[in-house]
Amino acid sequence: MKQASLILSVVDHNAIELSPRISEAEVSDYIALLKPRVMSLVIFTAFVGLLIAPGHFHPVLAFTSLLCIAAGAGASGALNMALEGDIDAIMSRTANRPIPRGRITPAEATAFGVTLAFFSVLTLGILVNWYAGALLAFTIFFYVVVYTMWLKRWTAQNIVIGGAAGALPPVVAWVAATGSLGVEPVLLFLIIFFWTPPHFWALALFRSDDYARAGVPMLPVVAGPDATRLQILLYTIVLVAVAIAPWPLGYFDAVYGVTSLVLGAGMLVFAVNVYRRRARAESLRATRKLFAFSILYLFALFATLGLEVLVHTIAPSVW
Amino acid sequence: MSDPRQPEGIVLTEAQKKSRRQRSIATALVLGVLVLLFFAVTIVKGPAVLNRPL
Repeated sequence: MKQASLILSVVDHNAIELSPRISEAEVSDYIALLKPRVMSLVIFTAFVGLLIAPGHFHPVLAFTSLLCIAAGAGASGALNMALEGDIDAIMSRTANRPIPRGRITPAEATAFGVTLAFFSVLTLGILVNWYAGALLAFTIFFYVVVYTMWLKRWTAQNIVIGGAAGALPPVVAWVAATGSLGVEPVLLFLIIFFWTPPHFWALALFRSDDYARAGVPMLPVVAGPDATRLQILLYTIVLVAVAIAPWPLGYFDAVYGVTSLVLGAGMLVFAVNVYRRRARAESLRATRKLFAFSILYLFALFATLGLEVLVHTIAPSVW
Repeated sequence: MSDPRQPEGIVLTEAQKKSRRQRSIATALVLGVLVLLFFAVTIVKGPAVLNRPL
């Protein structure tokens, strides 16, 4: 009798232990997994990639391409969060994400991310073309495996190499529209690629305590703020040169060239300020300004390219 | 006579029911958009939809 009640109690206990976790995650939690702000930049740069691509591309196919690229970016974000729940919980910037808050489990985020990645690549391949689908798959792989799994916790060059993933969307869009590669999307790739280090190192400078606590080897944590300031300045010089180069090379016209010159001068001024101002409060202000301006810089540069094409199309004689 | 220890199964709370319903609606909408997308592209491409070179 005593043995029977013992078995029953074990069964009851196991029943409680094995009861499934019922999710209370809302749609907004899943939307947060997609990193909507990163996604908006991806959509914007990809849209410009579509606009500057030569030839006619049906609007429905263009919309499909953008949707797939956006979904692929969202999948990358979800898989990144699934893998970085431990880091996100420690850092104040990311502690409110769905996984650290316990709204979504890493397994649920992984399932969501893999499903989204699979369908985005497949849909782009089937409905548009397989070159673009393959490039989108490579972009997701690069962000999740090369950047998140491998580089991020291993080297201070994480965002330099990993930046390639963020630079690929306009190339994917161009390939979707043309079925081949050209010099122009490579130029767009290079602009975003060289823009990424100054942008993220500026963020890392004023969040370095966060990164240090989480054990992420960002440049300010590993090499110190002074070395980071120098690297920001050097990368900004390369960025400005790379962004201006398409104009004298004849790929983009004078309106883009002048915009690039003016904005580039602004980037250089902010980067020099970051390099020179080292007192705590001053340095913080300068770094925040560079971070904010870098977003405006990329947006304005790409917007100019997009507007040129739109104006050319609508009123060829105006521009 | 029912056994008082008979398990009741999984009983969802109101919050769980609400979030599950929200997720179900979102999933249905996404699937609907996917169907419309495939339909629209099929119409746009016409017979060329069957031509599938790399």
